[in-house]
Amino acid sequence: MRLIVRLTLFVFLVQATFRAATPSSEPPKSGEELQRVECELGRYGGRLVVGQRSEPKTLNPVIAVDEISREVIGRLMADLITINRASQQTEPGLAKSWRISSDGLTFTLKLRKGIRFSDGHPFDADDVIFSFHLYLDQAVNSPQHDLLIIDGKPLAVTKLDQYTVRFTLPRPYAAAERIFDSVAILPKHILEKPYREGRLVQTWPVNTPPAEIVGLGPFRVKEYVPGQRIVLERNPYYWKADRENHRLPYLDSLVFLFVGSEDAQVMRFQAGETDVVNRLSSENYRLLSREQARMGAQLVDLGPGLEYNFLLLNLNDLSTKKLDAITRKQAWFGDLRFRQAVSLAIDRDAIVRLVYGTRGTALWGNVGPGNKLWVNQVIPHPPRSMETARQILKSAGYSWSNSGQLLDPSGTPVEFSVVASSSNTQRMKMGILLHDDLAHLGMQVHVVPLDFRAMLDRVFHSFDYEAAIMALGGGDADPNPEMNVWLSTGSTHLWHLGETQPATEWEREIDQLMREQMITLKYPERKQLYDRVQQLIAENLPFIFLATPNILSSAKAQVGNFQPAVLDHYTLWNSDRLFLRSEGQRVQRADIR
Amino acid sequence: MRIKRTALLLLSSSLAVFLLLAGFVSPHGPTTQYRETPYAPPTRLHFLDATGFNLRPFVYLLVPDGEGFREDLARPNPVHLFVRGSEYQLLGILNSNIHLFGVNEPARIFLLGTDGFGRDVFSRLLYGGQISLTAGILATLLTLATATIIGTISGYYGRWVDEFLMGSAELFLSLPWLYFLFGVRAFLPLHLGPEATFLLLVSVIGLIGWARPARLIRGVVLSARARNYVLAARGFGGSDLYVLRRHILPETLGVLFTQAALLVPQYVAAEATLSFFGLGINEPVPSWGNMLSTLQQYNVLISYSWLLAPVGALIVTSVTFWLLADALHYWLKSPSS
Repeated sequence: MRLIVRLTLFVFLVQATFRAATPSSEPPKSGEELQRVECELGRYGGRLVVGQRSEPKTLNPVIAVDEISREVIGRLMADLITINRASQQTEPGLAKSWRISSDGLTFTLKLRKGIRFSDGHPFDADDVIFSFHLYLDQAVNSPQHDLLIIDGKPLAVTKLDQYTVRFTLPRPYAAAERIFDSVAILPKHILEKPYREGRLVQTWPVNTPPAEIVGLGPFRVKEYVPGQRIVLERNPYYWKADRENHRLPYLDSLVFLFVGSEDAQVMRFQAGETDVVNRLSSENYRLLSREQARMGAQLVDLGPGLEYNFLLLNLNDLSTKKLDAITRKQAWFGDLRFRQAVSLAIDRDAIVRLVYGTRGTALWGNVGPGNKLWVNQVIPHPPRSMETARQILKSAGYSWSNSGQLLDPSGTPVEFSVVASSSNTQRMKMGILLHDDLAHLGMQVHVVPLDFRAMLDRVFHSFDYEAAIMALGGGDADPNPEMNVWLSTGSTHLWHLGETQPATEWEREIDQLMREQMITLKYPERKQLYDRVQQLIAENLPFIFLATPNILSSAKAQVGNFQPAVLDHYTLWNSDRLFLRSEGQRVQRADIR
Repeated sequence: MRIKRTALLLLSSSLAVFLLLAGFVSPHGPTTQYRETPYAPPTRLHFLDATGFNLRPFVYLLVPDGEGFREDLARPNPVHLFVRGSEYQLLGILNSNIHLFGVNEPARIFLLGTDGFGRDVFSRLLYGGQISLTAGILATLLTLATATIIGTISGYYGRWVDEFLMGSAELFLSLPWLYFLFGVRAFLPLHLGPEATFLLLVSVIGLIGWARPARLIRGVVLSARARNYVLAARGFGGSDLYVLRRHILPETLGVLFTQAALLVPQYVAAEATLSFFGLGINEPVPSWGNMLSTLQQYNVLISYSWLLAPVGALIVTSVTFWLLADALHYWLKSPSS
């Protein structure tokens, strides 16, 4: 027995010398206000490899807009208040507590004392003030900027003492603490100089020497190999610990391999080269579940997510564009009865079955069952009915030719094209099902695959399209991020962009309701308002909702605390507590260093 | 030689008949979706039942079973010849609803299985072949015609004409085609009718590919031009046109035939790429190209082997074309012709 103990000790010592490159966690100090995390107790060590579509474009949180950069940055940085992806509720981050004044206008945040950045430099209120100063600086033009502007006025930040800051809102704002999520707190001692010199936008590109990128997240950059991988190592000063006071994270390092498409990620996962696949399509999920016995992978089906796929009919104002052919078709699209008939003809169950392999849910509104807090349970789910659809069309003056072709009241055959992103096989599949469903009504629908960017250009700028299949949603469960879509002046008010005033009565009502819910602070009252919005949307069908896919993820069996969530980042949101269970199978992977 | 020729004749004529009579031979419409049986494997034809061997094969109804399907052994459904089914047009003129073979509902026969929408792959293969092969052959003709003209002029007249034409060929080869196609797509209306798509497809594929064969032909012409009999013909006062027609162009036939045999299958596959830009034959109309494009999905590629059927069809077509080119070449070269 003693021999075994000695041998293990020896092995650990040898390992320690070889692993000198990865720092071990600093033992917690007395003055440090660490956050205790409830999770399965893990063990230190190991490298977790995740496949990623491509390289991050930048590691600078102030300018990163693309999802991939933010995936990496999210592991390097931390926020004052975070949304717990599992519970979808806010929880303390760098702010250990906060108090909201009774009028909802001031937030007083108490910061954690004694905690340090990944280079060992202490953190205090000055860093918070500095960070918000950057985000609010118009010249920096960061994507978080708009988030922090309420009613055209920025929120004001003041330092009360070294560990207390106060945020003052120009106006009450519902769920205001949620905006602190993904607003990374930056190191003043590093970034102040480049900011003063006007070089902030150029700082922290991906190839920055690792030591210069400093954050408060669980990891820090160790190595970047262009075109291959970025390796993060443990931040030895991270401010969270497990319930036995072991400082997190458990993992020695986290590796992002740049592998390409989701299919490529699945192949790497099957080959054992990566440990986690963040998001799986239902087909790949099925593929992996067939091999589950051999691979021993954890496959997680979280149920419906927040994304909603829909058919979009072009109702934009085309008077300034030379698009007469589309303007004529808008007479159909603008008629609610036409939209109702289309909606009734769609076989949503077939979409769920054939596109998502039953791992999806049919939708009749913008909030799906995945958003338990906000979904309106009572909006009707009319079943597919060709009979009713035909009756509605008949009542709207449509008729059918002898060959079964649908004719509009003026006798013109109903025919339109639907664009979809050619790289998105799922939406292309929906298009082909739609083609068939609407053919039963006598409508001739042509599915046109387009390159994704070309399609966005048509939808957002040139308006040169008749209908499109698109998807929105997925950021947060709260209604506020949806403001963009439903406000008639919103930048993603896709069916009719650039309205100066609401084009219809119901759009006017939605505008009012959305504005009101934004300043209503109590959940039940907000829910009531948002329920009405959902009802109006379902009744007036500005989008014809189709379905939402389930969130599917997988990880190797030995990944501990693997707890994917329906909010992104689905799998790495809790990377600080992920750990690897056994060492046995991992020796063969030494080549991925 | 005779055996080879008979085999070739059989192969090419059966290919042609199958494709020309696609509507009659295929048991289902090419776009009919049987949504309850997506990714059904090829239907098994049974000959043996409890009573022993049957000359008339039969199939069982497929019922969903977990992630796949199983055969419902309760009732055999014999395969009938000349059954009535969906309406189709034969050779573009004759309306008919008689199909070569089929089974009674609710059972269905999918000789090569179904795709993700429950559409019969066998029927789609036949209909798709009509479009793909015609497009491939027409585009090849277009390419070779352009290449022959440019290559011949370039090789025969030499000097600055040659420099200029071959220079533009180089330029043509170095153009980033994908971006060019994006541009082309942006100028066209979103939806094009099937005929317009087809013409567009043929001209885009046909015109992009001329540079390489043109260089080959130029080489052949260049060497032929210096031959003694060509010099003699010119010395006797033969006009350029006469010399080209009588002595030089026949020399290029070998290259042309090999190029044709190579280009047709290549062009059929190129259509899959073009579909990606919305320039190819669009779903739900089948073509070998867009049938193949579903194989870009990893899970489809490794899970549903029967969707590889267009690959088999392409191989058969390529071999047929290669044999045809070979035979033609041989026939043209033989002194008896």
